Amino acid sequence: MTSEIILQAIVTGLMMGLIYALIAAGLSLIFGLMEIVNFAHGEHLMLSMFSSFWLWSLFGLDPIFSIPITILLMAFCGIITHYFLIRYILKAKMLIQICATFGLSIFIRSIAQLLWTPDFRNVDKPLLEGRLEIGSLFIGQPQLIASLVCLMAFIGLYLFVTKTETGLALQATAQDRHAAEILGIPSNKMFAIGWAIGLGCVGVAGGMMANYFFIFTDVGINFALFAFVAVALGGFGSIIGCLYAGIIIGLVESLGGLLIDPSFKLLYVFVIYLLVVIYKPQGLFGRY
Amino acid sequence: MDKLIAAKSEPLWNTNNKVISIIVGLVVLLFVLPLVGLNSFYLHLFIMIFMHAVMAQSWNVIAGFSGQISLGHGAFFGIGAYATSFFYMEYGITPWISIFFGMFISGVFAVLIGIPMLRLSGHYFAIATLLIGISFQVVFQRWDLVGAASGLWITMTPEDSWIALQFHKSKLPYYYIFLVFFLISFFAVWVLSRSKLGYRLRAVRDDPQAALSLCINVSNYKIIAYVISAMIMAPMGSLFAQYILIIDPDRVFNIEISIIVLLITVLGGIGNVWGPIIGASILIPISEYSRIYLGGTGGAVDLILYGLILMIICVFRPNGLISFIPKDILERKKQR
Repeated sequence: MTSEIILQAIVTGLMMGLIYALIAAGLSLIFGLMEIVNFAHGEHLMLSMFSSFWLWSLFGLDPIFSIPITILLMAFCGIITHYFLIRYILKAKMLIQICATFGLSIFIRSIAQLLWTPDFRNVDKPLLEGRLEIGSLFIGQPQLIASLVCLMAFIGLYLFVTKTETGLALQATAQDRHAAEILGIPSNKMFAIGWAIGLGCVGVAGGMMANYFFIFTDVGINFALFAFVAVALGGFGSIIGCLYAGIIIGLVESLGGLLIDPSFKLLYVFVIYLLVVIYKPQGLFGRY
Repeated sequence: MDKLIAAKSEPLWNTNNKVISIIVGLVVLLFVLPLVGLNSFYLHLFIMIFMHAVMAQSWNVIAGFSGQISLGHGAFFGIGAYATSFFYMEYGITPWISIFFGMFISGVFAVLIGIPMLRLSGHYFAIATLLIGISFQVVFQRWDLVGAASGLWITMTPEDSWIALQFHKSKLPYYYIFLVFFLISFFAVWVLSRSKLGYRLRAVRDDPQAALSLCINVSNYKIIAYVISAMIMAPMGSLFAQYILIIDPDRVFNIEISIIVLLITVLGGIGNVWGPIIGASILIPISEYSRIYLGGTGGAVDLILYGLILMIICVFRPNGLISFIPKDILERKKQR
């Protein structure tokens, strides 16, 4: 076990972690706003990858160019989700909220299976291909670009939420819905915006991953699991927590896979999750 | 909370006499029905309804009574299935005994999992259990002792055998075994829901702070509920393994098991003893029929239906179908 291999694992883990972080940030934003965990997050990721795939296969648009379209589609999907499902269950019990989004996830996944069959697909010869060699390090170009784009999107999201007026309105709604409404911030609109942005983040991650990842109907499950863990680890509702948590999960996954046994990746992440949540029940940066 | 105090004086049979006679009638009907003649499809349908009703009932104990949402309850089903099959294959122990091993192992796991995890609240617990369910599947896929990914193929006895709990000629014995287990666990949960323990669990669910102030040890009661729930789930796994005789991790630890118990309970009515039975007797026929008539198309049509039903129920009837039945029919008015 040489240091080069470990370094390689760390770099791979970091790149994966940034993607997890962005996916989790969308989840966290939605949770922070209305205290609903979107259990269909993985399926939304799957939809965004398929949108990227179909734009490539039907119109010949390379995934890297179709990213804006994917983001818009996902944002639209988010607004639809809010309009047709979420706004009815805002005041329901937590159990009902979990079941509703769980139902949505089963629904989307099986519809996708019916329409597109469970076959594995991939984008053939995308613009981003090949790998870089830095010393003894091998870095896949699409992976690198994807993680950098995700990092940029993450920074953009963070600046949006903390600096712009709409972002501050979002935060106000997250902190106290009723107080914000008294100040003239319509919470329903904020929720819709939150869903649009949250799924927009997923759109970025999915669109970038379409470059190098296999695209199939169950692809979202593992990513969603890691995103749930990242959100809980970082603290529900904290966006910056997602970045740290995403990176931790990426590193644990790749280092654990290298040092112990790659088939138990999920277990290492699980152990980390349990340890953090037991000693710090509100997560690393959580408000709740 | 006043129910909590009233719990002492609540009689066990506080149910409308008419309802009791209807139930007794139904039970007799269920015992007689196969003798009149049911073909093997209907026997299978009833067996599946019984099994899923018990599984959902088990989930109802932890989620409905004590309010902890477990998304990985399939783990206990799988433990039960593997326990009987493994002990039968390795040591030739009859499933009748190893069903209890399965229950015991599930109970132990429930304690081990419950102690650290039931301190977590709400979403944290739900996500942790989701991970538990999948971790079990991952571990059993790699565990060579129990056949890893190819699973266990239970050796078939040449003849029907009560000792080995295998019947090849007809599904009738399975029907009665599942029916008896169904009645036992239903009765047990019914007694539980009327007992002091049941009221305490509901107090823990509705207001943990208030429960704590009444000297109810919240985390202990959550663990008790989790253990009871696991021990109801495990025998169903054991019997299911005996019913299909081939088990593998993808089948008995499938996340679909965890989903369907949730779906049945929410459909029927969560936190209510009748909910899982109503849910199972509506959902399982839908699923079996849609599999027969639409399953050939290759798509997961029954899953689309599940998802749709779940969302519709959550939006329009969060208390489940049981809320269509007026409450005073089920419970005799209190005479004070």
